[in-house]
Amino acid sequence: MSANIVLSRKVNKYRAIWADFLFFQICRAFALLTLIALFGILFSLIWGALPAMKQFGVSFLWSAEWNPPQERFGALIPIYGTLITSAIALLIALPVSFGIAFFITELAPVWMKKTLGIAIELLAGVPSIVYGMWGLLVFVPIFSEYAQPWLSETLGILPIIGEFFSGPPIGVGILAAGIVLAIMIIPFIASVMRDVFEVTPSILKESSYALGATRWEVVWNIVLPYTRVGVVGGIMLGLGRALGETMAVTFLIGNINSFQGFSLFLPCNSIASALANEFAEATSDLYTSSLIELGLVLFLITFLVLSASKLLLLRLSKSGGEQA
Amino acid sequence: MHNSSTNVLIQFDHFNFYYGKFLALKDINLSILQGVVTAFIGPSGCGKSTLLRAINRMYALYPGQRVEGGLRIGDENILAEDVDLSELRKRVGMIFQKPTPFPMSVYNNIAYGVRLHENLSRSAMDERVEWALRKAALWDEVKDKLNQEGMSLSGGQQQRLCIARGIAVHPEILLLDEPTSALDPISTMRIEELISELRGEFTIVIVTHNMQQAARVSDYTAYMYLGEVVEYNKTETIFYNPQKTETEDYVTGRFG
Repeated sequence: MSANIVLSRKVNKYRAIWADFLFFQICRAFALLTLIALFGILFSLIWGALPAMKQFGVSFLWSAEWNPPQERFGALIPIYGTLITSAIALLIALPVSFGIAFFITELAPVWMKKTLGIAIELLAGVPSIVYGMWGLLVFVPIFSEYAQPWLSETLGILPIIGEFFSGPPIGVGILAAGIVLAIMIIPFIASVMRDVFEVTPSILKESSYALGATRWEVVWNIVLPYTRVGVVGGIMLGLGRALGETMAVTFLIGNINSFQGFSLFLPCNSIASALANEFAEATSDLYTSSLIELGLVLFLITFLVLSASKLLLLRLSKSGGEQA
Repeated sequence: MHNSSTNVLIQFDHFNFYYGKFLALKDINLSILQGVVTAFIGPSGCGKSTLLRAINRMYALYPGQRVEGGLRIGDENILAEDVDLSELRKRVGMIFQKPTPFPMSVYNNIAYGVRLHENLSRSAMDERVEWALRKAALWDEVKDKLNQEGMSLSGGQQQRLCIARGIAVHPEILLLDEPTSALDPISTMRIEELISELRGEFTIVIVTHNMQQAARVSDYTAYMYLGEVVEYNKTETIFYNPQKTETEDYVTGRFG
């Protein structure tokens, strides 16, 4: 009798160890899948891009020519379009998102906090094609009718930056794409910022209020440094989305593969939008290969942005101890 | 060292406090004297922290918390609509239950509050930081670590850093809200010594649920229960010769 109990205990223990081992292996396999997927995608992109790499070499990156009939391809224009639209989007989205998060966490009454929070999450869920259609059919006509002439008359007459706001007010172009991108990424950045602002201990905020700080001083000097890791993470989430956004940009950027000038009113192209538009038309192997190499470039840009943000955080945590 | 005067500095006058509709403090009448250490004691939920947080109007951050009646510091009615809260909180410093170093260097933790109110030159700021750290008995321990994160100090050092930070803006009053409840006994002892050293120079109000602490550090004690001040007197009187049986039950450990 007692021997039986001992034995069954042993069996149970054995089974528990075995189940644990199995569980560990399964979880590890799932985790390894992400690595396999990452390297698999990278490998197939490089493999597919090999013919274009052989043909054009590194100059693919800075050649501005994109000429399918002549089979000469360079990535400069789509790279420029991708970077500049994302930069515009981030430039607009950052202060707006910060303001939204600041308002929700520090200023808004309780009922408004909840309403705004839900609204932001709903906005984040709107499909990008809807933003694209809205941008093209609603935003662009208003933008070209009112905003662009106004920008030309105000910012356009300034030295140096005037260059960016001159030219024909045709609506569709870099600036329109950047602004709609900004509207698309604001919900992501704002909701992450709100979440991390809210987990800041209230006792830490009170300590700053207790010294006589204003709400702005508390958020800017205490909450923002305290939550910097989360805030940078949120910005990267938004930036990653802006860099890779396809449909909305395709609707709005104009899809022109040659350099028109530095004005932000002019049409251009982005990597994702070039891929979406041209894959079906790519008749030759070299054309297809060049498009795949474009995809590889986008992959690398996103990778570089992520690495840069990690480096930034490392430097921030080091310099956090320096006297300002 | 102990130059207690008999000037009233903080005066509660028929003071009520509400959390929403809940009346948390009822008809408080209390005169806190200048330059002495006053302790608020009582069981959890008696309103001692709430009373403390009225003095720098911390409650004003939260919608739904409101007050009635009178509260004066010196001649000034600090409940008036037009009181500059930033200026009030410069006069009334506060230290919390847990050390709350800001996410910045030891030096900047001190300089931060000063910069909110004054525009000092670099050398004047260096002097002020050193002065505050010496006052808080922390200078010798951190003078080589001024550039380190405030969070890298030990818990007791962090709390003294918070006291230094509070002192640095030259307040008249220091509010201590259970300042040692998160600290070990040695750190607690050092904070208590520090309170004794700061006595006289600042008017100190301390909330504690450690009765021995109140007996050790304070000159006057208010015993509170269910939102009312039951008894307020010299600390020796409260502990050795209380006038009310409720107070006696609490300080002798028969209740609480």
